[in-house]
Amino acid sequence: MAGAAANSSFLNNLGRIYGIYTGTFAGFVILIGILEFFGVPDKILGYLFVFLTIGVYALIGWLSRTAEVSEYYVAGRSVPAFYNGMATGADWMSAASFIGMAGSLYFGGYDALAFVLGWTGGYVLVSILMAPYLRKFGQFTVPDFCGARFGGNTARTLAVIVLITASFVYVVAQIVGVGIITSRFLGMGFQTACFVGLIGILVCSMLGGMKAVTWTQVAQYIILIIAYLIPVIIMSAQVTGVPVPQLMYGQALEKIEALEKTLGIAKSHVAPFADARGNFSMTSMINYFALILCLMVGTASLPHILMRYFTTPSVRQARDSVGWSLFFIFLLYFTAPSYAAFAKLEVYQTLIGSPVASLPAWVSSWGKPGLALVGACDAANAAQIFPICAGVTGNGDGILQLSEFRIHPDAIVLATPEIAGLPYVIAGLVAAGGLAAALSTADGLLLAIANALSHDIYYKMIDPEADTKRRLVISRVILAIVAVLAAYVAGTLGADILFLVSWAFSIAASGLFAALVLGIWWKKGGDASGIFAMLIGYGVCMFFLITTEFYGVALKGMLGDIVTIVKIRGRDVAYLWGINNISVGIFGIPASFLAGWVAGKMTPEASPEMQNFIDSIRVPSGDVALAPGMAAKE
Amino acid sequence: MSKKLSPDEMKAYWGKTSSLMWTLLALWFFFSFVVHFFAPQLNGIRILGFPIGFYMAAQGSLIAFVVMCFWNASAQNKIDEEFGVSDE
Repeated sequence: MAGAAANSSFLNNLGRIYGIYTGTFAGFVILIGILEFFGVPDKILGYLFVFLTIGVYALIGWLSRTAEVSEYYVAGRSVPAFYNGMATGADWMSAASFIGMAGSLYFGGYDALAFVLGWTGGYVLVSILMAPYLRKFGQFTVPDFCGARFGGNTARTLAVIVLITASFVYVVAQIVGVGIITSRFLGMGFQTACFVGLIGILVCSMLGGMKAVTWTQVAQYIILIIAYLIPVIIMSAQVTGVPVPQLMYGQALEKIEALEKTLGIAKSHVAPFADARGNFSMTSMINYFALILCLMVGTASLPHILMRYFTTPSVRQARDSVGWSLFFIFLLYFTAPSYAAFAKLEVYQTLIGSPVASLPAWVSSWGKPGLALVGACDAANAAQIFPICAGVTGNGDGILQLSEFRIHPDAIVLATPEIAGLPYVIAGLVAAGGLAAALSTADGLLLAIANALSHDIYYKMIDPEADTKRRLVISRVILAIVAVLAAYVAGTLGADILFLVSWAFSIAASGLFAALVLGIWWKKGGDASGIFAMLIGYGVCMFFLITTEFYGVALKGMLGDIVTIVKIRGRDVAYLWGINNISVGIFGIPASFLAGWVAGKMTPEASPEMQNFIDSIRVPSGDVALAPGMAAKE
Repeated sequence: MSKKLSPDEMKAYWGKTSSLMWTLLALWFFFSFVVHFFAPQLNGIRILGFPIGFYMAAQGSLIAFVVMCFWNASAQNKIDEEFGVSDE
C-alpha cells in the first residue's frame, strides 16, 4: 500500500521533517522582519503571520487526512513518546497559559504560583495512576474505559456527560482566546474573529481527526515555545546582561522588593499567603492549596489530555511520553514568572514617578483605543487617550503615580517585545504563538467532545452496525456542529466567560478522577463503585458551582456565617469557608471517592472475569482479557 | 519477552508497582503541598536573589515533578523487565 509506505517514511523521518519546518519558520520570521524594515505596514505583517501559520496547519491537516477509524480516533497508535509529549504540550497550554498566566503572576505575585504548580503537578498523577493502564486497555475514549469497567452504558453515559460539560466550557473559553488574539492583530470585530478562528480549528481536525491534530499540535508547539521564549530572553539580556531569564529574574525580584518599600506597597510580590496589608491570611493559604489540588486532580481527569496517551505505540512509550509532556510544558511554565518580574520591574523602575509627557512609546501604543491594555491616568481627560482609564482620575501633577497606572493582565506577554524595544515582527511572532496555543487546545477539546458523541453515543449505543465510512462521516459532521456551536456561544457571550476554564478542572476532577482511580486500583470494586463515584462527584460539584455562582444570597440565608459574599462578575458569589468557587472540586473530589467506596462496599464485588480483566490491564505485555459484554478492541 | 504471569507472580509484580506508586505519591504530596506550607519561613533564605519559598513554587517543585515522571517511567520499566512483561 502506497499510503502505508508514505506513512512509515514519515514516521522514520520525523526529526528531519520538523527540523526543516522549524528552519523554514525561522526564515519566514526573518523575511517578515525584512518586510518591516522596508516599511510594510504592521497590519499587513499581522495578516501574514495569522494566515500563513493557519495555512501551514491546514496543509498538515490535509496531508494527514484519513479513511481509517483507528487513525481518526487514536492516530493509528503510532506517535512516538517524544512527539506525543510535544503534542500534549500544545494540547495542554491554552491561551490562558500563554497570554494570561504571566499577567496573573504580575498581579497575584506568589499566590498566582498556584496556577504554575497546579497545571504541572497533575502530570505526576497521570504518570503513576492513569496513563499506562488506559493505554494498555487500548480502546478509543475515556468513556470506553468507564463503560467496560463499570458494566456498560450507564457508566459510559455518565462519563460522556462529565466529559462534555468539562470540555465544552473549556473549548468555548479557547475560542474566546482565538477571537481576542485575531481581533487584536487583524483589527476585525470579535464575533467575526471567532469564526475565522473556527475555520483555523476545523481545517486541522476535520479530515484527519486525531492523526491530523497530533501532527499539527507538534507544529504548533514549536511555534508557541519559540514565540514565548524569545522576547523574555532578550529582555533578560538587556536588564541583567545574561540571556537566561529563568535564572536571572531573581535579581529583578530583589529590586522589586526594594522598590515596593519606597513605593509603599504592603503586599510584596514574593510574600506567600498575604492579605492586602501584607499580613498572613489563613483564607489565602486555604485557597492556595485548594486551587492547587483542584487543578492537579483536574489535569489527571481531563479527557482531551488522557486520550493523547492512547496514541503511543506501547505502554512503555505512554509512560515515557508523560515525562516528555511535562518537560515541554515545564519549559513555558518556569519561564512565565520571569515575564511578570521583568514587566513589574520596568513599571516600578521606569514608569512610576516619570513625567506623563515622556513615558516610553509602548505605553501609548498598547494603551490607544482598540487595544486599551495600558493607561497612564494622570490628567482628568486621560480616558480619552487611554480607554482603560475610565473612572480613574489622577491628581493632574504631570507625574505618573502608582495609583494612576493601569495595565491589563494580557499586556504583560503581548507588550514585552515592545518594552524590550524589539521590532513589530516579534510582537507578530508572539501573536502567532498565542494563536497556536489557543488553536491547538481547542482542537484537542473539540475532538474529545466529538469523539464522545460519535464513538460512545452514536456507534456504541445507537448504531453498533455502522460501517467505517458511515462512522467517519458522522464523526466529521458532529465535529463541525460542536465547533460551530462553541464558536456561536463564544461570539455571543464574549470575554466574560474566561473564568470557565478553572471550572472545567473542578468538574473533570470531581466527575472522573475517583472513578478512573478506583477502576484501575480497586480490583474488587463493582459496577456501582464507578457509577456512584461519577454521579455523586459530578452532582456535588455542579450543585455547589451553580448555587455559589447564581444563588449566593439564598445560600447565605440557609447556611449563615460560613458563607462570605464576594462581588465578582457582576454577581453576589458565595464563598463557603472563604473558598473561591473555582475550587469547588475540593468538595466534589472527596464526595466522589466516598460515594464510590461506600457503593462498592455495599454492593457485590466485581466478578472474577472483571478482576481478570483488571489484572490484564495492569501488566504491559499480553492481551487484554475481556470480560463478557465488553466489545473487542478495534 | 511476553508471558502470562502466575497468580503469585502477579501479586509480586503488582506489589512492587504499588509501592513505587505510593512512594511517588508521597513525593508528589510533599512537593505539591508540604514544602509550600513553609514558604513564609523559606523566604528568609535567598539564592541568586530568589527567596527560596518563592523559588520552590516557581521552579523547584516543577523540576521535581519532571524528574518524578521520568523516574517513574524508568523504575517501572525495570520492574517490567524483571518480570519479563515489558511490551517492547
